[in-house]
Amino acid sequence: MHPFSYLEADSAEAAIRAAGLHAGAVFFAGGTTLIDLMKLDVMSPATLIDINRLPLCSIDADSSGVAIGANVRNSDLAHHRVIRERFPVLTEALLAGASAQLRNMASTAGNLMQRTRCAYFRDINAKCNKREPGSGCDAITGFNRMHALLGTSEHCVATHPSDMCVALIALDAVVHTLLPNGTSREIPLSEFYLLPGTTPDRETALEKGELITHVYVPDHPACRHSHYLKVRDRSSYEFALTSAAVALETEGRNIVEARVALGGIGTIPWRSPVAENVLRGQPAERKTFEAAAEAALAGAKPLKHNAFKVELAKRTLVLALTEIAWQQH
Amino acid sequence: MGVITIPSEAALQQANVQFQLNINGQTRTLDLDPRTTLLDALREHLGLNGSKKGCDQGQCGACTVHVNGQRTLSCLSLAIAHQHDEIATIEGLAEGEELHPMQSAFMECDGFQCGYCTPGQIMSAIAMLEEAAQTIPSHATPVVSQPPSLDDLSLEEIRERMSGNICRCGAYPNIVEAIQYARRLRKGSR
Repeated sequence: MHPFSYLEADSAEAAIRAAGLHAGAVFFAGGTTLIDLMKLDVMSPATLIDINRLPLCSIDADSSGVAIGANVRNSDLAHHRVIRERFPVLTEALLAGASAQLRNMASTAGNLMQRTRCAYFRDINAKCNKREPGSGCDAITGFNRMHALLGTSEHCVATHPSDMCVALIALDAVVHTLLPNGTSREIPLSEFYLLPGTTPDRETALEKGELITHVYVPDHPACRHSHYLKVRDRSSYEFALTSAAVALETEGRNIVEARVALGGIGTIPWRSPVAENVLRGQPAERKTFEAAAEAALAGAKPLKHNAFKVELAKRTLVLALTEIAWQQH
Repeated sequence: MGVITIPSEAALQQANVQFQLNINGQTRTLDLDPRTTLLDALREHLGLNGSKKGCDQGQCGACTVHVNGQRTLSCLSLAIAHQHDEIATIEGLAEGEELHPMQSAFMECDGFQCGYCTPGQIMSAIAMLEEAAQTIPSHATPVVSQPPSLDDLSLEEIRERMSGNICRCGAYPNIVEAIQYARRLRKGSR
């Protein structure tokens, strides 16, 4: 691990001021990604700004939605009564990720900012355009069973690893931030992540020194009828091969609102408006779900080892939709 | 081959930092490089080598300690970032010669073979029963808004809730048995 300076911020203003003063500074919360990658020399920030003392730990709900503080731990978020009852997809996604110990450590904003698990990104001896722009991509010609099918480019095929973010993007979450100049802004999660394109090292819309303060999740009748289904190589403590976050609002047999997002197969948490369009107005039945799954995966670009995930992702989505439709009967 | 980076002069000159940690109810003063993990601080600088270094990358759970009562991986924690916290390690469980009920349960049920993962298993299991007592759901809970009570915790629930602790010997059946035994002891003590 490279040496760094450690600073503890006591307010959001102090944190963004410190980030402006120190080149190569990063914010430090749970550390579950950052410390891991610093040990591997994949990340080597000159300064760590500890933001754990900032008062960003509350979950504030009203009838229109819920505001989740940046420092709320994944476990506290998953267990919160409002989340369990009104946004079950979020609790289910969080509980499907990592282990109890890691969920106790990982923060909401840290989960949004977590880096890919691509083995070539994590190995400083490998070529990786995300870690070292312009060096090439060893994943495209290497072992790519876990890699992405959607949103890839010839420069990067790394999968976004989060479960939480797949649920949040299905829920229309909005990221609230504080900029180094003191102003605040709101970024819909659907615009927060950048496709790799020619610049896979640029992963989010955040500016340098911009601090996430909270995430807002607007309520909608569909949110109560939401569900997360994750398929993986072992039944616990493993990243997704495929996953689906779904929410359905039905009137009688017909779907009036649908939310679909997919995990484990996208370079970013993958919202699928095309699948949602197929579902809306149609009867909640297997034929509709299969059509939605076909639409969701229509643009899939399989690599040498991950083609099985095209069919697996379709079946994951069909099963997730079937389970949530079944719950409503 | 990887590139060897020569640390800058400023980096080489970086001084240790003096700070205090509260461990097992005692205040300990340390003078450490900020890079030191909580696990290395415990094992290499405080003589508390009960917490084990298995993978050192947050995948095995052998380093599990409690931070403010919550199970945490000390290998992915920076010691310097825990100056405001109460840390509990395996060494703080027993009272004199009297073992913690979870330690007794692991002995009684033979919940280990080589013993290397055991401190992490025990620290994790204690926190796990506490979480269950607070009716916190898990991935194994069929409906997350209706979590099981401590008494109703199924084998599947116990296995899921302990999945962050790997045992290479495969002592899992007896570890699960020990946790069930400790749960009964816990009820008996109430």
